[in-house]
Parts: sequence; C-alpha cells; structure tokens
Amino acid sequence: MTAPSRTSLDGLEPAPDFSRFSWRALRQYYRGEFAASIAVNVAYRGSVGIWVVTSVIQPIVMIVVWRTVAGPTGTVGGYTASRFVTYFAIMMLVNHLTFIWLMWEFEWRVREGTFSPLLLRPIHPIHKDISDNVAYKVIGLIGILPAMVILILAFHGDLSGMDPLQLIAAVPALVGGAVLRFMIEWVLALSAFWMTKTTALNNFYMSVQTFLSGGFAPLSVFPPLIAAIANWSPFPWTQAFVANVAMGRTTGVHILSGYGVQAIWIAAAFGLLRLVWSRAVRRYSAVGA
Amino acid sequence: MSSETADPRRSQTVDRGPLAHGWVIVRTYVRLGVLNVAQYRGEFYVALANVITLATQFVGIAVIFANTSDLGGWTSAGLVALIGVYTILSGLIAMVIQPSLQQLMEGIRLGTFDFTLTKPADSQLLASVAVVSPAQALNIVFGAGIVGYACIRMGTMIGPLQWLYFCLTLVFGAAIVYSFLTLLGTCAFWWVKVDNILVVFSAVFGQAGRWPLAVFPGWMRVVLSLVIPVGLAVTIPAQALAGGLSGWLVLASGSVAALFFVASRAFWRYALRHYTGASA
Repeated sequence: MTAPSRTSLDGLEPAPDFSRFSWRALRQYYRGEFAASIAVNVAYRGSVGIWVVTSVIQPIVMIVVWRTVAGPTGTVGGYTASRFVTYFAIMMLVNHLTFIWLMWEFEWRVREGTFSPLLLRPIHPIHKDISDNVAYKVIGLIGILPAMVILILAFHGDLSGMDPLQLIAAVPALVGGAVLRFMIEWVLALSAFWMTKTTALNNFYMSVQTFLSGGFAPLSVFPPLIAAIANWSPFPWTQAFVANVAMGRTTGVHILSGYGVQAIWIAAAFGLLRLVWSRAVRRYSAVGA
Repeated sequence: MSSETADPRRSQTVDRGPLAHGWVIVRTYVRLGVLNVAQYRGEFYVALANVITLATQFVGIAVIFANTSDLGGWTSAGLVALIGVYTILSGLIAMVIQPSLQQLMEGIRLGTFDFTLTKPADSQLLASVAVVSPAQALNIVFGAGIVGYACIRMGTMIGPLQWLYFCLTLVFGAAIVYSFLTLLGTCAFWWVKVDNILVVFSAVFGQAGRWPLAVFPGWMRVVLSLVIPVGLAVTIPAQALAGGLSGWLVLASGSVAALFFVASRAFWRYALRHYTGASA
C-alpha cells in the first residue's frame, strides 16, 4: 500500500494547499466545526444549563444591592430602582454574548499537551475557539433570554426609553464588543504559554474587568475619577456601551463615536494578538509531548 | 496492668482516643500541604492575587457609599467588616474544603478513593483534609486584618460579649460552609461529576455572600439562611461587630450549623453504604 503523498500523481486527491488564505476553505471549516460544536453543546446541555444558572446569580445580587441604594423613590446616577433592574438584566445578556472561558482552559491545554493536535491542524486554532464560543452562546441563549425576561418581570424593570431603532443600533455595538472582548481575553489566555499557573492572573483580570466594564454598576454612578479610568480602558466598550445603547441612554452621534472607539480598540487588540501569538507558539513545548 | 506501665511508648500509640487520633491526621495533612507549597510556589501568588481582588471590593463599597449613607441599615465600616468575614470564610474554603472535595471527586471517578476507605480513621475526616494549600491562609490573615481595620473605623467600643458572639458565630459559619459543601461533594458518590454544582455554590457564595442579608428581599433571605446558608454564615458574625447580636441569633446560627453538620455526617454515612467503588 502506497502512502499518500503530496506530490504523487497516482490519482489520489491532491492535498489541499493551506499556504494561501482561502475564504472558501475557511467557510467550509466553520460550517463543519460549528455543527460539531453545536452537537457537543447539545450533548452537554446539563453543563450549559448550570452555567446559565450561575450567570443569573450575579445580576440578581447587583439588582438587589443597587435597588437598596436607590430606595423605592430615589435615583442614583440617573437610575431609578427599576432602571437598575433593566440595566443589569441587559448586561446579563451582553455578558453572556461576549464572555469567553478560554483563559481558564489554556493552562490545562498547555499542561496536558492538548494544544499539540490543535497546532498540527493546518488552520489557526483561534477559528476552533471562535466556533466553539459562538455555538455555546447560541445554545446558552435558550436559557439566558427567558431568564432576562423573568428578571425584568420579577423585579419590575423599567423599559421606557427603549425603542426599536436603539435596539438595532445596539446590534453592531454588541458584535464589536464581542469581538473586542474575545481578542483581549484570548491574548490573556495566551499567558498560559509563559506561566504554569494562570489562576492568579485570571482572577485579577476578572475582578478589574467586571468593575470597569460596568458589571458592578452603571458607569454613571461612579465617582468622576473612576468613571474616567473606566472610559479610557477598553472594558466599558465591550459591555456597558452596548447596554446603554439598548436602553436609549447613549443616542445619536455618541453611538457613532462609540463604534469608532470600539474599532480603534479592536485594531489595537488585533495587533497585540498577532504579536503575542507568534511569540507564544515559538515558546510552546507541550508538557505531555 | 504491669505490662502497660512497663512500655509507656506502646500505650501512647495505641490508647489514643479518637479525637487525638483525628488531630494527628489533621496535623499530618497540614504538614504535607506546607511541603507542597514549597513545591508549587505559584499557589502563593494565587492567594496574593485574591488580595488584590479585595481591593476592587473596597472600591465597590466606596462607589456605593458615595451614593448613599447606609445600605439596608449597614454603614460602610460594617460592610467592610462583612467583607473581612467573607474573606476569612472564602480563605478557609480555598485552603482546605474545596481542594479536598476536588480530590474526593477525582478519587471517586478514578477509584483511588477506595484506598482512603482502607485507612484506619474516620473517612469523612480523611476526605475533608486530604489536600491543604496553606498559601490560602494568607486570605484568612488578610480577612482578620480587614475585620480589625473595620472595627477601628467603626470607632465604637465592641464589648467582650459581642467579641465572644463574633468568634462563636464565625465558627458556626465555618461549620455551615463546610457541612454544606460536604453535602454537595457527597453527591459525587452517585453522580461522579458534581463540579458544576460546586460552581453554582461558588457563584452564590462569591456574589451573595459579600452582601448583608438585609439587602435581599424576604424569600431570598430565607434561601440564603436555610437552603444555601451562605448569607447566614457571613452576615451573622459581621453583625456581631457592626450592630451587636442578640443571644437568640447566636443560638439560631448555632442550630443551623449543628443541623447542617449532622446532616452532612448522616449523608456521608449513607453514601458510603451505597458506594461500590469505581474500580470494582
């Protein structure tokens, strides 16, 4: 039996040429990989369900706390108690659609050597991660969307100021936020190539991220200095911006400038990602290999 | 009679009571944990990073009290004390409870837990202290520091009785958290993979445990006191310092702790009777 070789002329299918970038190949890859990811997430629907339950807890607690701060009639940073409910309910959805878990997984991937087969594939491993991520988000939405509605109904959220145009404007903001957050956190995950234990860095990142992205409170309730720090960081542009557009708090030209800020951060994050990735792979030596 | 006195060393090793025996086990595992720290120094940085994480919680409290003067009857100093209690309890969980449970689940899945059962000591104790990561003791120290700082900021004299109540309810809180987690971990005998349940617990503890019970609506207070009693475990000790506790609340907290401890013990025994072993 002759081993198939790239140069053979014996009627074997010619080996695909991956040296050139091909949209067609990428599209095919995504179609297959996405179907597989969906199947995996459906198979582990119990775990997905548990994760959905976990992601509901934080918004509930934040709603309860800020409702107490605002009191039944007062406002804090322009938010009444029932506006806080809407804000955190929407933020839950935005968080679900933008977060990634890979910084917790890369340590294990590097340690157990499961990165090796991914690197051997003739396609950048990020595509598999993107596909897995999108598939998980789609399956998780089945739980998160009803949870959001229940939160708004149970805690009497105030939906005034929302309108269809604002919701449409929130969609590109959401996509931009998801892309930006994916890149930032994927770069963070790459730290596993240099560190054997990444939990410390991840915990630190998560606490800063939750705070500056608006997960702890809307940015308008922050004291001016902290609000300024947050606005100059990329984090609110991944989440709070999206929620503000959806709620009708950010309008008109501010939406456009927000898209602009997202674009600048995405470009910067993309540059960083390429730089760190090329160095990370050179450093890689699988422990399991 | 005469043979016992003739060989005192022998009587020392054989006639030890179950409590002293248990203590030796705990000490041995703590010592092993210390040796492990020397091996993986990275763990220490994990604990240190948790301390940095605390800083964001203080900023959070500052943000809240920039907008209000009290949160459900709690002052900012009281809330700091609560964060201190939370830090102590989460340090305890991260130091011994969580890693040991993880080991237990792994042991059940791989069959290595059977070796634990062959050892001549209480299996629940062995499983509960199987892994100790002393680096996390840093969290407990920091938690105690935060509590101290909060007391200074409150500026009121805290009477000896309230300090006693604080210590008592803190022990009850630790017992509640331990028993609850053990109850969850014991489910591994049937379901093998209960990591996800522990994730839900960490989320509830990590989010709801950092706030006083008073901010929650009635039904959630009941859940956080009796069903997933993390609110009770954290709030009651902090309240002893922040506003003072009545003896009844101490008694209530003690009863919940006793109830959960007895339940965890009974459930463990029940689980062992039904355990067949993964390797068998």
